[in-house]
Amino acid sequence: MNKGRLLAILLALTTVALIVIGTLWPNQSGSGVADAQAQLMGSASSPQGAVNELLQRIARRDWASAYASLSNRGEFSEADFTRDLSGDNGSLRSYAILDRYDTQPLRVSADTAQVRANMRWASVVGTFQDSRDLRVVKAGNQWQVAWPIVKQAKVPPQVIPVNYLRWDVVYRGAGDDWGAQDVEAPHVRIVAMHPVDRAGEVVVMGEILNEDVVPAFVTVKATLLDNKGGSIASEDSFDKISHVLLPKQVSPFRIDFRNMSLSRVDSVRMQPSSSLVPASADPIIGVESQKLNPVPDSSLTGNLVNQSGQVVNVAHVIATFYDGSGQIIWVADQYPSRALLPLEPVPFQISLPADISTKVSNYRVVASTYSSSRFQ
Amino acid sequence: MKRSITWLSGFAVAIAQLATAQSSGWQFPEKVQAGSAFSVTTSGSGSAALYIVGPGDVVKRQFNLGETIAFAADDLHNAGHYTAILVSGSSSQSAQFDVVASRQPASLSFLAKPSRLPVNLTNGISGVVFVLDAFGNLELDPQPVAFEFSDAAGQRPPRVVNTINGVAWLKINSAPKAGPARFQASIGNAQEIRVIQQVPGEPCAIRMTAKPASGQRVALQTKPVRDCNGNPVPDGTIVSFTETYAGGQSTVDVPLKRGVAQTELPAEKGAVISAAAGVVMGNEIRWSRQP
Repeated sequence: MNKGRLLAILLALTTVALIVIGTLWPNQSGSGVADAQAQLMGSASSPQGAVNELLQRIARRDWASAYASLSNRGEFSEADFTRDLSGDNGSLRSYAILDRYDTQPLRVSADTAQVRANMRWASVVGTFQDSRDLRVVKAGNQWQVAWPIVKQAKVPPQVIPVNYLRWDVVYRGAGDDWGAQDVEAPHVRIVAMHPVDRAGEVVVMGEILNEDVVPAFVTVKATLLDNKGGSIASEDSFDKISHVLLPKQVSPFRIDFRNMSLSRVDSVRMQPSSSLVPASADPIIGVESQKLNPVPDSSLTGNLVNQSGQVVNVAHVIATFYDGSGQIIWVADQYPSRALLPLEPVPFQISLPADISTKVSNYRVVASTYSSSRFQ
Repeated sequence: MKRSITWLSGFAVAIAQLATAQSSGWQFPEKVQAGSAFSVTTSGSGSAALYIVGPGDVVKRQFNLGETIAFAADDLHNAGHYTAILVSGSSSQSAQFDVVASRQPASLSFLAKPSRLPVNLTNGISGVVFVLDAFGNLELDPQPVAFEFSDAAGQRPPRVVNTINGVAWLKINSAPKAGPARFQASIGNAQEIRVIQQVPGEPCAIRMTAKPASGQRVALQTKPVRDCNGNPVPDGTIVSFTETYAGGQSTVDVPLKRGVAQTELPAEKGAVISAAAGVVMGNEIRWSRQP
């Protein structure tokens, strides 16, 4: 009985002590969960509080209030500010919400400060990060954020000639005789495959080639087999592949088997499948200025350039990494959050595990696109 | 005693029924041609029912024993093995017979595979024909099927293949010249036509040229891309241009349009530019001009 009372008193004292410590010496980095229903957490009486307050407004998509709180409103319009954060042209950012953020003070003086805001946006294809270094200035007894606007390029009025090339397919009719011919499915072939054991997962990577003269919608299914030929697990490439392949086009693919060890696997059965689909040969996307960045920020960066006149709403970049012997060692991807306007470069960054980046000797990048205006 | 009387009376009824059954008779043909009229003569007296059960057909006829049962031309048209059951009172008889396909081929099912294949492929095209009569029954007797194949190079001599168990087949080579081919199978007045697309093979050689373009860029263009038989590779085929320079690279996948692929990439001094289509590599260019 005495021991229980002693423990209760000890816990109460510890709790009080922690509250006092937290009040006197608060954590200098902050993080928040973006909740549209939440009350404002920050206070403009400190640089970090001002940033938190701004991010809360952004999370609520309260653009007018967020814009009104900025110190550099004269440099851009509210529409520019909104477009910078919520995107335009049906880009991935247009459909994303601010899911989580954290702030980190970099420098603080009497009337200026610099705070890094790391924003995590959630979209239908996963999350993407947006990191901005914000200058915070003191105005009276309040702090205000100067927003580093990323202005969207405006494409000058022009005519971009494009010779459209597309394939349409006429399939056999329901009333046709059973012997009536149907259009042949495109011939596709897996030209490389490499399974690896990685962090409790088996990852099957490779490349698939459309060796036909018509466009193909492709998928790749992999089945792990044990030494008796029995199936252990089966998965298919979901979005780590470019599904629509034009004639002679090659796409990487990656299939992840979670909670699996390669030691249990005797062989892998690969099943590529293809179907004939209507497709367009445009737009053409150049992947320029590709650069492999070393650790600690190991990544592949570059710019996507839409060489056609059509706006690409969402792009998907997939990179294949090879070692010195030409073996595929990794496949990774990224969805840039901004739309691809004609001839305007849009940066991309594909993160690469540090241990793999040191082995990379060569790499290859492909981009697939989605355009809402495209007839498909 | 009672039990014995019951047993004896039952035996007497059975004998009487057997006598009735034996008194009715019929003549059923062993083989009937599909779609042909035929008749069955019966003997005896009293009313009876005839059931005919076969693949896809069940027929019931009420008649009086001693009459001739007539079947019209379209009554039985599915080829196969049939069972006829004659029921008269409480007795029954059964007979087995076959309905066979008519001797006159009326249509054919023609499977031509594949519908699209590269040029110059030995035995790449297969044609399989199933010969059918007017009711869709497989003609099992040997029948001559004529295959004709014509494409841009002209018509090949027709080949006649006899069916085996109703099926005739052959394999032929695809032509060296690309284009659609007309593949026809015929027998009597029946004919079927299939179109086979003979498409160019792998690009044979990709030759690319480079010249300066505006805005510190280099303009790349291939010569018309052809396969090893001289057929132009179809538009839409992807040519991958890769420019490798110190510290980086640029790539672009460009579809052939009007036989050539063209694009622009950033001009980097000392860059090596290459082109490829699928697994076929083209020439390399070293770009030595200042950007």
